[in-house]
Amino acid sequence: MDPLLKLLQEDALTKPELLAKALGTTPKDVRDRLRRLERDGTILGYRAILDDERTGEERVKAVIEVKMTPEREGGFDRVARRIAEFDEVHAVYLMSGRYDLLLFVEGKTLREVAFFVAERLATLEGVTSTSTHFILRAYKQHGVAIRPRGPAERLPVSP
Amino acid sequence: MERRRTRSRASSPRPRANPAAPPRDSLVARHVAALPRSGIREFFELVRAAGTGPDERGRRLISLAIGEPDFDAPWHVRENAIWSLERGRTGYSPNLGLLPLRAAIADHVAEETGVRYDPADEVLVTVGVSQGLDLALRALVEPGDEVVFHEPCYVSYAPSVALVHGRPVAVPTTPARGFALDPDDVARACTPRTRVLLLNFPCNPTGAVLDDRTADALARLACERDLAVVADEIYAELTFDEPGRSILSRPGMRERTVLLRGFSKSFAMTGFRVGYACAPRHLIDALNRIHQYAMLCAPAPAQEAALEALRHGRAGRLAMRDQYRLRRNFVTRSLAELGLPCVRPAGAFYAFPSIAGTGLSSREFAARLLREQRVAVVPGDAFGPSGEGHVRCAFAASLPLLEEAMDRLRLFLAGLRRGRRR
Repeated sequence: MDPLLKLLQEDALTKPELLAKALGTTPKDVRDRLRRLERDGTILGYRAILDDERTGEERVKAVIEVKMTPEREGGFDRVARRIAEFDEVHAVYLMSGRYDLLLFVEGKTLREVAFFVAERLATLEGVTSTSTHFILRAYKQHGVAIRPRGPAERLPVSP
Repeated sequence: MERRRTRSRASSPRPRANPAAPPRDSLVARHVAALPRSGIREFFELVRAAGTGPDERGRRLISLAIGEPDFDAPWHVRENAIWSLERGRTGYSPNLGLLPLRAAIADHVAEETGVRYDPADEVLVTVGVSQGLDLALRALVEPGDEVVFHEPCYVSYAPSVALVHGRPVAVPTTPARGFALDPDDVARACTPRTRVLLLNFPCNPTGAVLDDRTADALARLACERDLAVVADEIYAELTFDEPGRSILSRPGMRERTVLLRGFSKSFAMTGFRVGYACAPRHLIDALNRIHQYAMLCAPAPAQEAALEALRHGRAGRLAMRDQYRLRRNFVTRSLAELGLPCVRPAGAFYAFPSIAGTGLSSREFAARLLREQRVAVVPGDAFGPSGEGHVRCAFAASLPLLEEAMDRLRLFLAGLRRGRRR
């Protein structure tokens, strides 16, 4: 992978000046490359990774297995793209195995998520059944483990 | 302990076991009492006194004075160590170490250097490279023998030689030659009492590596003078521009080299304390004669962890190396912009810039940088007199932290310039 992308995956806030020094190029070159990667859709966006238990805001998250009848010619794509448009839906994957789509859904309340499943999702043409699993606690998100942080244990000076 | 000693000395003078031995004024052996205090240790005390918490401006200590990775050991390695404990692998291992680990080490060394060792009797698992070095020196050096090594160098070389009653002979290396070791300097330093050539490439603290010509010349010299070579290659897997050369792969070297490597740096496993020595059968036998009495074996769970690292840790190791490379680039560019000349380190994870232009000694520089900007770097003289005029900055820290450290360094240097103008 492009080392620039690797560095951004570590920390998307890294400034172009710092990136340039690490990559042995100029800040202008880094900015140009970033614009290109954003335009061609390689970089889809930049988001903060939050620990929900510390934001002070209640969120209800669920994983939903969806079984579908594929359409002639379109397969699952058309309906999957329609599902992906809902704001409640944070991720959609086509899966192998006993169900077809896996959704990550978020809402403010249990009622909101239940309403989404019953009224929006289950009623879509082609959707034959859904199975909703509510998330109780996160231990790792987007590659970041959520764990109590202790003070640094390393010696400040070592040979 | 101190009180008891005083009392017993007051009540009855300690009888000397050997009346012929000259008297001494302490229970401590003279060659131990004569060991100098480590410059690292002194600076550690200074940093500890300054504390690591935020100052009145809310700035925490940023330490570039560490000699270890900032990464934790990979989880699969830690998990395997736990699993080995769960399975009750808590006994001694063979003196030489677990055979599967020795076999994996032999394969790894063969892949890296092209030289193959027999896991049965040519590989010894040690408690870090530090113990490997101690074993090698004890096995190779007789009282009065000279050990030649390059300087600036790792802090333990001269003391370790002194502990085996050898004579440490340091050959200075200079930034003008990229801290490369000049084989002619080595030849000039050799006398009929020289027994061992001790090499550390990639080098802590300079980041220098061996090039082909130097490796060839040193190998020829070692053969001509019949020297044993102790190759401390703890940073071998951490080279950034091209694979590092090992003296071991030169003609005639396998017979006379004790290769010392380990898991601390490249696998981020410092606390596990696992290293290894590879050498011809009769040399490993000599090291093991000492090891069997002095250590018995390296800790078994740590050996299991090391085996896991060799079996499944390659991708993680290379990913960490790539991170160090980017940090190396950042730090050397930043130092250049700040006007601190620095030889671009080709290996290990230290930059060793010259601070001579500031007019401060390396100790003054480090102490004032710590006091005024809360950044810890190691004074260069901790690595021998020829390290004076330099400081060691470890780039085993995240890029944002390194950026903050370089920013504070810029403020510090600006402050120095203002002070000089006044």
